[in-house]
Amino acid sequence: MSESKLKPEELAGNIKYEPKEKDWLDPSVEFKHGVFNYSGIPKNVEYLQQPNPRKWQPTDKDWQLPENWKQIILEGLRDRLHRFRSLQIFMDICVRCGACADKCHFFLGSGDPKNMPVLRAELLRSVYRNDFTLASKLFGKFSGSRELTVDVIKEWFYYFFQCTQCRRCSVFCPYGIDTAEITLLVRELLNLIGINIDWIITPVANSFRTGNHLGIQPHGFKDSIDFAVDELEQITGIKVDAPINKKGAEILFITPSADYFGTPHYYTLLGYLALFHEIGLDYTWSSYASEGGNFGSFISHDLMKSLNAKIYAEAKRLGVKWILGGECGHMWRVIHQYMDTLNGPADFLEVPVSPVTGTRFENTRSTKMVHICEFTADLIKNNKIKLDKSRNDHRKITFHDSCNPARALGLIEEPRYIIKNVCNNFFEMPENTIKEQTFCCGSGSGLGTDENFEMRMRGGLPRANAVKFVKEKHGVNFLGCICAIDKATLPPLIDYWVGGVDVGGVHELVGNALIMNGEKERTTDLRGEPFSE
Amino acid sequence: MPIFEYKELKIEVDEDGFIQKPEEWNEDIAKALATTEDVAEMSEAHWKIVYYLRDYYKKFGIAPMIRKLCKETGFSLKDIYELYPSGPAKGACKVAGLTKPTGCV
Repeated sequence: MSESKLKPEELAGNIKYEPKEKDWLDPSVEFKHGVFNYSGIPKNVEYLQQPNPRKWQPTDKDWQLPENWKQIILEGLRDRLHRFRSLQIFMDICVRCGACADKCHFFLGSGDPKNMPVLRAELLRSVYRNDFTLASKLFGKFSGSRELTVDVIKEWFYYFFQCTQCRRCSVFCPYGIDTAEITLLVRELLNLIGINIDWIITPVANSFRTGNHLGIQPHGFKDSIDFAVDELEQITGIKVDAPINKKGAEILFITPSADYFGTPHYYTLLGYLALFHEIGLDYTWSSYASEGGNFGSFISHDLMKSLNAKIYAEAKRLGVKWILGGECGHMWRVIHQYMDTLNGPADFLEVPVSPVTGTRFENTRSTKMVHICEFTADLIKNNKIKLDKSRNDHRKITFHDSCNPARALGLIEEPRYIIKNVCNNFFEMPENTIKEQTFCCGSGSGLGTDENFEMRMRGGLPRANAVKFVKEKHGVNFLGCICAIDKATLPPLIDYWVGGVDVGGVHELVGNALIMNGEKERTTDLRGEPFSE
Repeated sequence: MPIFEYKELKIEVDEDGFIQKPEEWNEDIAKALATTEDVAEMSEAHWKIVYYLRDYYKKFGIAPMIRKLCKETGFSLKDIYELYPSGPAKGACKVAGLTKPTGCV
């Protein structure tokens, strides 16, 4: 959409870390273009059988809430305080120490105090105090409590959709309060009265309808995979097999649908295909579970659960032994921290064993799902693939730890081990911006929309700043990552703040370096760009 | 839903200006939508992309993979950004009357 956008210097120039004049208990917010997301379209809200489908936008004065909206929210909160012991603890335990205050990328990029994780949570906590604790009865407003009003609902929408559930703040919280859970629960409460965003609702509806969040139907899925197989043949001279819905395959492979739709995701797909062929993997794609991402996890436990269920259902139907997962971000949060209790135990599967190295992935004993970086790092460690690092010599590479694999799965060293084995030029960004302290792309959890562009650029500023640092210091020209949202949203972010750095997946780099048995003389990388002399 | 008006045309669009009834698409609508995408004039190259997208959409109900669009029309991604400044998914698909892709794109 062509529209006037703030220039980088204008945006950076108007970040002020000063308290606002108005009392923080005042909920009023201004919905200006660039800092919020459009509402879920009624057709898909209805399709998902979610409450209150209607045409509305956050800029409307009247949000057309159900008459008993307040009762719904308070009963919903009461119910969740009982169901989720974590929520009750998070509401009670925070001592407002402020350790999280300056850790949020949205606070750093906006200077808005309500983007401090502590204060964001207080927006809910103030209502909790008012309606569920003795403190407000004794101390009234002095306890930091306030009444739930329509303006509070609007304020919740504003700030809880300015959190990407990245969990960087949680790393620094001495009590381990998980802000992503608070955000998910508030979004879930809002959804009870029909407040949600389309970048979540439509992908969830698509996932139910076609198996993937982009809405690609099975014949389109096959068309895309076939195209990739043909193109890989043109690059390498080798025709690989990419079976779909193959019963009795040893392994089911699940990856984000953007890998077979978007660019630069697509080059990672070529990397997977080349690797699986080279090691002779007996695997299958699925057109039913053709999605790793789980947009349900951004808004509702129930939607998260039903979408996640497709993975095990398909593993069972196809009769595979275990499941391999691709370069996806939040999929790994759901798998590692929820799947076993949501839809497990997957006792019909076996503990994953690499058919190439014999390594038994004991760490995946409960979920039976292995991350592709663990899998590939193990192949390299056991010397099972031939790699020519010089084929990535045209790249000076840094690695962005995608939030969820790093913080939710603890996948820190494996991608680095792979990268160091497939290239000669690897440079880390500063220590407090990587690994478990990684800075978010600023567009995760459904916020990667055009209409939210300004807030995305603000939220992504700390990440972009670290990229700029290694670009200027080491000449970095490639930003590796292992998340499809990253691959979609880091390119515009980097173009905006830095420029001259390409974004791509780790398995794209693997595909560049991989020497395939019988390959023709390779002259270009998977993007068709010539190797350096 | 907003209504986009251009000369005598009145088209129902979503918040981003994508048409709501793809079956009503025609070349006049494409030209009108192009004015919202910084496309001064629809050249032969613009139409080639539009018709490729529409043919694919008829078969598959969705836009093609970006790489496939590039390869089969012979335009690099850079070329497409020059023709449609907001890119293949947002710019070209909008002019071609496709629905807006949402998610990790």
